[in-house]
Amino acid sequence: MAIDQKLAEDLKSQGIHVTSFESLINWGRSSSLWPMQFGLACCAIEMIAATMAKYDMARFGAEVFRPSPRQADLMLVAGTVTKKMAPLVVRLYNQMAEPKYVIAMGACAISGGPFKQGYNVLKGIDRYIPVDIVIPGCPPRPEALLDGLMALRKKIAGEKLIGKNRVRHADAKGTAEFPVPEYGPHDLQPTANREIWHPKPVVHEEGGDR
Amino acid sequence: MNPDIDAILNHLREALPDAAIELRRNPGPAEQHSLLVEAASLPDVCRFLHDELHFDYLSNVTGIDWPDPAKAEAVALADNENETKEETEESPPKPGFLEVVYHLYSHRDRVGPLVLRVRTLDRGENVEIPSVVSIYRSAEFQEREIYDLFGVRFTGHPDLRRILMWDEFVDHPMRKDYVAPDDFEYEPTPHDAVLERAKEHYPS
Repeated sequence: MAIDQKLAEDLKSQGIHVTSFESLINWGRSSSLWPMQFGLACCAIEMIAATMAKYDMARFGAEVFRPSPRQADLMLVAGTVTKKMAPLVVRLYNQMAEPKYVIAMGACAISGGPFKQGYNVLKGIDRYIPVDIVIPGCPPRPEALLDGLMALRKKIAGEKLIGKNRVRHADAKGTAEFPVPEYGPHDLQPTANREIWHPKPVVHEEGGDR
Repeated sequence: MNPDIDAILNHLREALPDAAIELRRNPGPAEQHSLLVEAASLPDVCRFLHDELHFDYLSNVTGIDWPDPAKAEAVALADNENETKEETEESPPKPGFLEVVYHLYSHRDRVGPLVLRVRTLDRGENVEIPSVVSIYRSAEFQEREIYDLFGVRFTGHPDLRRILMWDEFVDHPMRKDYVAPDDFEYEPTPHDAVLERAKEHYPS
């Protein structure tokens, strides 16, 4: 939507702001991200530190940690997701109201981290729910979490609410629910949601770095 | 401070003449000798240690899996082909077993750990060991953990369920022959066993 930049400036000097509904809605959403209050492992300690006075996540409107998924906009997956915990995380995500966003914080939430080759840890929460921002680190410092939050704010500010490329939560056909894996006799069933998880095939060249 | 294990053994043999207790010496510098107790007499031994010798604190219960020695020897033979086969064929095949280790402390005498070891008959059906929850309440969760990860069944335990893995899980992951789900994923710097799995999954 093209607004004459000069006209907008002139109106602004008169105390009139001209903008699109899309920008206004996205501005509101990105400026009051309420995270859900839950932590899974040591990354949660850094998450808590980021909300305290020194790092002060409240500056960005993201300090209201809600104890209920119904009131939360942002799921911070802060820590190791064990296979026993994974269905509960997915269920909590399903219970959040749209629009909802996910930040995978730390190596474990992204890929399983140091526990990747173990039998009991999920190799990344992106197998079951869509992840918007990943923050590497073990654990990431509070600055890194704030950087991730900034990246998410930018992403939300650029969201298309109408048209062909509109985001999931503005699309009537978009789904807010993702299948919750079941506890199987040896592993979770299914082991990943293939509709949202598309790992790139990896082929090692002979003699190449392994 | 390590307890005077010989004195304790004498006390135990006096009080419980029927209990089969064996002293296993640890030659290492820590000298943490242990008592190998027959499973059936474990509750009596623990009750005596708790009431009479004031071992009032059970700090740790853990498990060990000893696989069938025949398999272990076969592996050793494959490693070293110069060894003669006769030795393995002479001894009758003994089944492997599961072992549970208890660490007891005495607050009054400030000694510990007193190490108790108990063995099951094998690793299949006869994996029962009497529970000591009625004597040491702190054993409750730890015995559940050993049941979960090793598959030792503690008879008399008030609430023997899995504690770490989910209830529908059927394996015992800390056993040597446990096979993890085949869900290998890309690893940037694989080595050793992980490298072998990487080669299987990503043929060049």
